[in-house]
Amino acid sequence: MALHLPSPRNTSPSMTLRPFFWRKLQNGLVQTFSIIALALAIGAMLWILGTIFSRGGEVLSWDFLTNSSKPYGVPGNGIANALLGTLMITVTAAVIAIPIALAAGIGLSEFAKQSRFANLMRFCINVMMGIPSILIGLFVYMLWVVPQKSFSGFAGALALAILMIPVITRTTEDMLRMVSDHLREAALALGCSRWEMIVQVVCKSARNGLVSGILLAVARVAGETAPLLFTALFADTWPRDFFTHPTANIPVLITETTTNSPFEAMHQVGWGAALVITLIVLIINIVAKTCFREQKR
Amino acid sequence: MNTVNNMTNPKIKVRNLSFYYENGHQALFNNDLDIREHAITAVIGPSGCGKSTHLRTYNRIYSLHRGQRAEGEIWLDGINILAPETDLLLLRRRVGMIFQRPTPFPMSVFENVAYPLRLHFKMNKREVADRVEQALRDASLWEEVKDTLHKSGQALSGGQQQRLCIARAIVTEPEVLLLDEPTSAIDPVATLKIEDLLLRLKERFTIVIVTHNMQQAARISDVTAFFYKGHIVETGETKQVFTTPKQKQTEEYITGRFG
Amino acid sequence: MKRIAFLDTTFRNVCLICAGVCGVLTLTLFLQLASASGEAWQTFGWGFLISTEWDPVTNVYGALPAIVGTLLTTGLALFIALSLAFVCALQIVDAPPVLSKILSYGIDLLAAIPSVIYGMWGLFILCPLLQEAFWLLEIDTNGFGLLAASLILALMILPYICAVMRDVLKMTPVLLKEAAMGAGCTTWECARDILLRHGAKELLGGVFIGLGRALGETMAVLFVVGNVIEIPGSLLEGCTTIAATLANNFAEADGLQQSVLFALGLILLLMAFGIQILAHCYLRKTAQKKGA
Repeated sequence: MALHLPSPRNTSPSMTLRPFFWRKLQNGLVQTFSIIALALAIGAMLWILGTIFSRGGEVLSWDFLTNSSKPYGVPGNGIANALLGTLMITVTAAVIAIPIALAAGIGLSEFAKQSRFANLMRFCINVMMGIPSILIGLFVYMLWVVPQKSFSGFAGALALAILMIPVITRTTEDMLRMVSDHLREAALALGCSRWEMIVQVVCKSARNGLVSGILLAVARVAGETAPLLFTALFADTWPRDFFTHPTANIPVLITETTTNSPFEAMHQVGWGAALVITLIVLIINIVAKTCFREQKR
Repeated sequence: MNTVNNMTNPKIKVRNLSFYYENGHQALFNNDLDIREHAITAVIGPSGCGKSTHLRTYNRIYSLHRGQRAEGEIWLDGINILAPETDLLLLRRRVGMIFQRPTPFPMSVFENVAYPLRLHFKMNKREVADRVEQALRDASLWEEVKDTLHKSGQALSGGQQQRLCIARAIVTEPEVLLLDEPTSAIDPVATLKIEDLLLRLKERFTIVIVTHNMQQAARISDVTAFFYKGHIVETGETKQVFTTPKQKQTEEYITGRFG
Repeated sequence: MKRIAFLDTTFRNVCLICAGVCGVLTLTLFLQLASASGEAWQTFGWGFLISTEWDPVTNVYGALPAIVGTLLTTGLALFIALSLAFVCALQIVDAPPVLSKILSYGIDLLAAIPSVIYGMWGLFILCPLLQEAFWLLEIDTNGFGLLAASLILALMILPYICAVMRDVLKMTPVLLKEAAMGAGCTTWECARDILLRHGAKELLGGVFIGLGRALGETMAVLFVVGNVIEIPGSLLEGCTTIAATLANNFAEADGLQQSVLFALGLILLLMAFGIQILAHCYLRKTAQKKGA
């Protein structure tokens, strides 16, 4: 051990203090900047929400919600067909995606665990989550629309399902992993078979987290527009031929009425539709976050 | 209050210190205490008695937390630490602190020690390196880390990490070192090393150590203050407090009847 | 007994097959985009990547304007969003508990708003505003272009990044913060030198999320970017991104042009894939370092 040499008691002359002034000034500047930044961010957000609510609120009415959409100039414009179409597309997507994704999540967390296969699949899930949604639209276009020779609501649902699968798989796996192994062992000790143990005990105890994860995924895809551009497309008709014809939906309706139309009346329809889809997405989010709050470890 | 002999010109004078948490709970009641220069003062007492809270007022680290507030006066060489106009950066350069668990910064061993130096002083590279080496030597860590200076400080063992934190605290040459149960998360061998180190450092620094370990207090401190429920029950020379305590509560605590 | 064993294996196999779905989908997507874009690659070769021409009449196409536009909008948006998000997250974590909760909740909700809404707002509010603002400075612009697209993108990814950063900063041990302040840091020095480094790995995760979002975002950009297939000369000039080019032209395209659009899609896919690989490698490296 080094011999201790008492060094001079007081600050030696070579130690010139950095003036506090600059450091404090810098600190003050950053603090001010960050408060301005926060105000700016919140301001912009409130502005966006405010615009949606005020402009959308002007046109929102019972007729608007129950009339079907019409070309410019035809009176009694509404969004009912698009609302129904969005509902059908989203629900179909959820019906396709949820069973697959739940099973995949169970497979990864309960069976594959740390195997090479599981790690590869986890990587693929990450990649899938990072793939721009418009490419999923292209994908389904080639895979479904071209062979079927028709745009259809179902193709849109397929695209949204593909978007949902990795998200739900990931949350499912995370939630199931949070369940303690004691519970699994206890269930097996009681004489449950493996699949009973997983479905009835593990999934049940992670139920809130699973539901919340699914709802958040649904909310996320409900407002997706890009993948629907080449799949569901749009139509002013009611969504009767869900499997064979272009199907009306809110996100594409917004795009159509705002970018492809110079008329103020159409823009108003767009604002109304924007308000409706925002409300739907926000409400699903709030429900997911308050009613099914995931239990903290 | 107990007077301590040969208490000429204390380094820190605490007068009428009270402390409140954000929920209004009062943790300290009218504490009076003198901290002797170049000595180790041990603060002991059962857990929750306010000894850590008391220590945390000396560098006003409590002010990080919303709603916590201290009343009274703490004089450090004629400056009132608790006065609102006191410069916190200057105060914290003069009063260094070491915490219950080691707190290496997320940087290399070298950078951990160089960081506060660069923060406070204008200095060229050569001098920084010299002072870092000196501080690591003073903290008896140099021999163990001199070949791995560029490795993460968080990869050291617990005892080494704590000595790294001591090196980091002394490199800026503060006047007072505050140690808040510095060995509570460390194995006995490493604890002894740190105690040795403190005994050597007291020549240069005024040291205040909070500890729940009475043997530790008896081993290393010159002066002992016994806290109970936010009050300072007894202060005195360590030998006196441990052998002939004046207060009944002190005696009961020291003989292990509670706490 | 046999029935139970049979059920168990079936259940296991079904789950594992489903787990493989994502792998199959990823692989098919790659193969499919590659094959669909074959014609474009055969016609233009590697020159496709650096050509700036885009002429549907003579059927000559180049990818450079879209690539540059994508990189520029993403880079600018990320720069704006990152600097704002970090300081916002610092403020949110430091705010009084009630306010902090409200802000956190608000940010989570904002991250949920569909991107088409941001695009629409940009089209009707932001672009006219930019136009007027620059008109005051005697600069003639219609507001659409690189700047508007970057601003909207930044606004869109801000809540995502901010939410991640907030979670990271919340997880920092109080003791570390106290140690930094105890060593004499100012609040900003503590944030910059200690908190930022401490959570570097997780913060970078937030950056990657934002990057991925911004790179492939279609609708928010489509509305405001101007959709001019040229490399922008300034912040105020119209340009395009890969995603916006796809959305704009795909419906009317056929033959070679469609193949070209698929080729653009493949480029975008490779970019997104590259980001994932980078993130993956980085996380692996830091994990190893921590283990050592």
